[in-house]
Amino acid sequence: MELFLNLCVSGLTKGSIYALIALGYTMVYGIIALINFAHGEIYMIGAFTALIFSMVLGAFGLSGWGLLFASGTLAVVYCAMYGWTLEKVAYKPLRGQSRLAPLISAIGMSIFLQNYVQLVQTPNVLSFPDLIPDIAILAGMRGVASKTQFAILAATAVSMVALTLFIKKTRIGMAMRAVSQDPTMARLSGVNIDKVISTTFIIGSMLAAVGGLLVGNYGRQMDFFIGFLAGMKAFTAAVLGGIGSIPGAVVGALVLGFAESFAAGYVSSDYEDVVAFVLLIAILTLRPDGIMGSATTQKV
Amino acid sequence: MTTVQTETAPPPASGSGGPSSGGPGGGVPESPGPDPAGAPEGRGGAAGHLARALAEFRAALLSAAWFSVLALPLVCFRVNAVSGGIDYLWARLPRLAALAFCATLAWRFLLRRLGFSRVRSAVAETAGPPPEGARGPGGSWLTLLDRAPAKRLLLAGAALLLLSVPFWTTPYVVTILITALIYITLGLGLNIVVGVAGLLNLGYAAFFAVGAYTFALLNQNFGMGFWICLPLGALSATLLGLLLGLPILRLSGDYLAIVTLGFAEIIRLVLVNVGFTNGPRGIRNIQPPTLFGADLNGAVKPLLVGHGLVHKDMDLNKVLVYFIILAIVALTVVCVYRLENSRLGRAWLALREDEVACQAMGINRVRTKLAAFALGSTWAGLAGVVFAAQISFINPQSFTFMLSVMVLSIVVLGGMGSIPGVMIGAAVLILLPEYLREYSDYRMLIFGLIMVLMMVFRPQGIIPSTRRVYIYRPEEHGDGGARPSTRNPDALDAGPGGAGQDGQAPAGVPGTAGGPPSPRGAR
Repeated sequence: MELFLNLCVSGLTKGSIYALIALGYTMVYGIIALINFAHGEIYMIGAFTALIFSMVLGAFGLSGWGLLFASGTLAVVYCAMYGWTLEKVAYKPLRGQSRLAPLISAIGMSIFLQNYVQLVQTPNVLSFPDLIPDIAILAGMRGVASKTQFAILAATAVSMVALTLFIKKTRIGMAMRAVSQDPTMARLSGVNIDKVISTTFIIGSMLAAVGGLLVGNYGRQMDFFIGFLAGMKAFTAAVLGGIGSIPGAVVGALVLGFAESFAAGYVSSDYEDVVAFVLLIAILTLRPDGIMGSATTQKV
Repeated sequence: MTTVQTETAPPPASGSGGPSSGGPGGGVPESPGPDPAGAPEGRGGAAGHLARALAEFRAALLSAAWFSVLALPLVCFRVNAVSGGIDYLWARLPRLAALAFCATLAWRFLLRRLGFSRVRSAVAETAGPPPEGARGPGGSWLTLLDRAPAKRLLLAGAALLLLSVPFWTTPYVVTILITALIYITLGLGLNIVVGVAGLLNLGYAAFFAVGAYTFALLNQNFGMGFWICLPLGALSATLLGLLLGLPILRLSGDYLAIVTLGFAEIIRLVLVNVGFTNGPRGIRNIQPPTLFGADLNGAVKPLLVGHGLVHKDMDLNKVLVYFIILAIVALTVVCVYRLENSRLGRAWLALREDEVACQAMGINRVRTKLAAFALGSTWAGLAGVVFAAQISFINPQSFTFMLSVMVLSIVVLGGMGSIPGVMIGAAVLILLPEYLREYSDYRMLIFGLIMVLMMVFRPQGIIPSTRRVYIYRPEEHGDGGARPSTRNPDALDAGPGGAGQDGQAPAGVPGTAGGPPSPRGAR
């Protein structure tokens, strides 16, 4: 029973992190129908900047919650800047091209960013410091979930609520929904498409940065290559839930997190990833548009 | 390019003012601040040129500043993995800023030129076929190749050159060429799936792996030779393609991409974790192919070296592999070429363009797609067997997602659906890293950058595919000028509409100054 509970918590944690990254994929896909392969690298850059700023600020005497929030904020800001620049350099000049051109450009950008970080930082595995201070109230819960797991769940919940409010309540959020429904019609109604796309990339990158910071704290080590697998899993989660759908991404990520966690616990951790991808194929075979995706009928 | 529309493109004749000519405010992808829209009113004057140059300078300066800020934490604060502290590397910053400055200038200049050429080609398209002499992009030397004698001569020369390679080069060159040829085979195979049938397959490495492992396992456990395993490897890859294709081919576009990606990961992870494949350690000592049982390196080599025919360090088994893969490539080219113009090939093209219309025309969607998928896998299997024979040691590390990406890049960079394009693409992508080995640290960085730049500045690929189109030639029908006859059914299926697929104007249409033939223009 305790194993079951532990697996549930770890599945929830994993799912939350996947969700943070998957949202970036699904939002970009919803707006411009592009698989942003470089999104995983943004997440990796988030983890790196968070680590770097925590060390630099730590040398200036910051510690505890202040250090966590300061380095987290800086990482989020920097990732937003990276995401914005990425779109301007690699995707914007390609608008109106065939579907494959931006995809290749994204793959190229992903290779570029990986090697950029490897060159200017290090190809070695780095250890990530424990940034989350002890929380007194949680001391009694140690057996079930660690403070890092609690922090991840809390941060994810806050991010999700913030994102939902942003999408539902603000003007630009409304514009985003409009563009994802019908870009031509949105443009006719005076929506600034460029602004919407930029915003989408910025928001997605910010969420990825939060994910990067949290994963650094959770796994405690990282290198320049972490973006690849995380990106692939997150994309799987987004597709699982029905790509383009924001609640779908969260559901897909949680399903994936639970499946992996139970596979690791009850089968073997070697087959964790196999189970994730088999699940993907199975679900897509049964529901070709994902769990939450709506089947579109093509009219002629 | 949405920016093109806002730009008032000056006529090409007057746009000769160097890098700073042309209206500012075009594609400004990199400058973060407000666009330097100090648009000079007086075009053409020296003051105008100066103002434009200043605007360019300002934009490049802004972008240099932006990239400096962007790169600051990653470039200047390096985490020291040993001491656990931070190294401050401020000296890197000015170099980075200078690089960003120059790159922005070049980028803006190129993007503006690109904008002009797109506007010009759009104008040319709406104005009808270009007059003689003015050919579409990539016209001149490519059309030269279309002339049959020149083409045959070139092909014969290339074949002779490739056949003679092992006799005048070093073993190193032969090894690289084998790799390049393996990638050409892979590229041509994937080209059927992605380029012709339009099914995005991101898991091509899986079929390559299956071919390689089929040979390796049969060779290790049952001592079966290369020549039996070659068809068996291809067959097993085909079967796997069919097995995977059946359930997933009703998925559309991007879902298909991710499922193939996931499938490739499953195959790789199974190869890592299952006992009989020897896991991550891989399989060693795979026997090289033999030629009718002859001991090439023992008996034949001294003879050849004695006559100065081959390099003294040349491994003749490698040479045999080289000839085998060369033959496979030749066979593949012929097959793919024949396939493209066959009933099946035209069904693939049609399916790529419009599924619904295709089904309405009675094309079996699933069977056609499955054929593309399985045929593409067959070539991956073939290439896999040769790969295992070449390096005689395989492990799952050779079949990662990067391999699939590499092959896809070959297809797209070379020109989707184009056979010579894929061959050039493979040659460039495999040989480029070899030549960049001197800068090995920056190798993959440059590689990624080239992929992005290529997509921005030449998305149709190095050699775009040209579809066989029927071009209306009035003089052949003897009614001169641009007067298509509605009574002549032969002329009607030949409208220029069919030529627009790649935005390529049909080259060398003799003087049809009267514009596109339209039925209403008759009489």
